[in-house]
Amino acid sequence: MSRALTPSQTIGPFYFGTIINAYRQDLASQGVAGERLQIELSLHDADGAIVPDGLFEIWQANSHGRYDHPDDRRNLPLDPGFDGFGRASTDTTGRATFSTIKPGRVPWPAGGLQAPHINVSVFARGVLNRLATRLYFEGDPELAEDPVLKLVESTRRATLIAKRDASGIWRLPIHLGGAHETVFFDC
Amino acid sequence: MKEETYRRPAPGQDHPPNDSPGYKSTARRAPSRPAVVLPHSLSEITGPSQRAARLDSGENDLTRQRMGEPLGERIIVQGRVLDQDGKPVPEALVEIWQCNAAGRYHHPGDQHDAPLDPNFYGGGRVRADADGAYKFVTIKPGAYPWKNHHNAWRPAHIHFSLFGPAFATRLITQMYFPSDPLLSFDPIYNSVPEGARARLQAAFDMEATQPEWALAYRFDIVLRGRNATPMENV
Ligand SMILES: [Fe+3]
Repeated sequence: MSRALTPSQTIGPFYFGTIINAYRQDLASQGVAGERLQIELSLHDADGAIVPDGLFEIWQANSHGRYDHPDDRRNLPLDPGFDGFGRASTDTTGRATFSTIKPGRVPWPAGGLQAPHINVSVFARGVLNRLATRLYFEGDPELAEDPVLKLVESTRRATLIAKRDASGIWRLPIHLGGAHETVFFDC
Repeated sequence: MKEETYRRPAPGQDHPPNDSPGYKSTARRAPSRPAVVLPHSLSEITGPSQRAARLDSGENDLTRQRMGEPLGERIIVQGRVLDQDGKPVPEALVEIWQCNAAGRYHHPGDQHDAPLDPNFYGGGRVRADADGAYKFVTIKPGAYPWKNHHNAWRPAHIHFSLFGPAFATRLITQMYFPSDPLLSFDPIYNSVPEGARARLQAAFDMEATQPEWALAYRFDIVLRGRNATPMENV
């Protein structure tokens, strides 16, 4: 019997302890294979003001490009201690940090591989639907061939590409609107 | 390799528009450009289903998380997590959070002049069973004022978070109570297209009430289903 979808609603300002504390911002325990990364996401509204009551979730493959999920049936290793999911709320400066490992490349349905990327969900007061976006890594040679970036106007691709700062942290500002509005995906 | 993909919601029929003028906070937080349609790859059809998360058995009883019993009307909220074909989403992780009976959240940002209840924290979670069924015991949340417009009150509601099987099925929503007079005044509830709003109202469930103990409400949650035709992958 067909059923109608449950509509989305905002997370509101008062999501709290339970849905935050139960998850690490540190995704990869010691011994998990791969290049260690520190990632800092920040959230901004259409005026550029910081959003201190937002929530980020990330979802990524392991260093071999394997997702810890039953629908990824490829014969690639899974890492004990790494499930690829992270969740963190923004702080009073609008930022959230994750420590993880660099994901490997995953296939594209029409063939070929995608550039390494992390899938990001954004929730906040005033955001009625989950906003989905991606984080890529500046300087990766695979970016030029990435089939998803090719779907995006070239002038807007930079909104998806994190830059590494002098201290080694990968930073990506996410703008809900304005001149630097992030590319969000209908996924 | 064959991979299935998830059906896309029909625009304007199920979910609220991002920009919903009655809900003032959307004005500077709604993207102005249409989302880029993304074909489903492994990145979208996999997702954090939280199978490994270890839950304590009592996490679905919000009346037993502190020293004593919280004040308010004890209720049972139960239902099933289904997909659009009516098939259960087995072992879905369901998370909820809510204010107390007086309309106050256990949250430092909540400045509403209503008492906190030391016996009520307001968060819970449970894993649905193989049939998608879940159950919480809690107290009925109060209405609370907010600053959206003059004399603005949120109808009583419980926030719900669902992962479902895939990144593409992630959903956060709110459950409302049937026949709440505040519903018709609430810009967040009314941001949902008219034909879909009532899906956010739980149904009073006489059969599930427990005599001398608690009333019960039923709230089924429907997540995106898979496309009937699997996409052929190279
Ligand atoms: Fe609320």
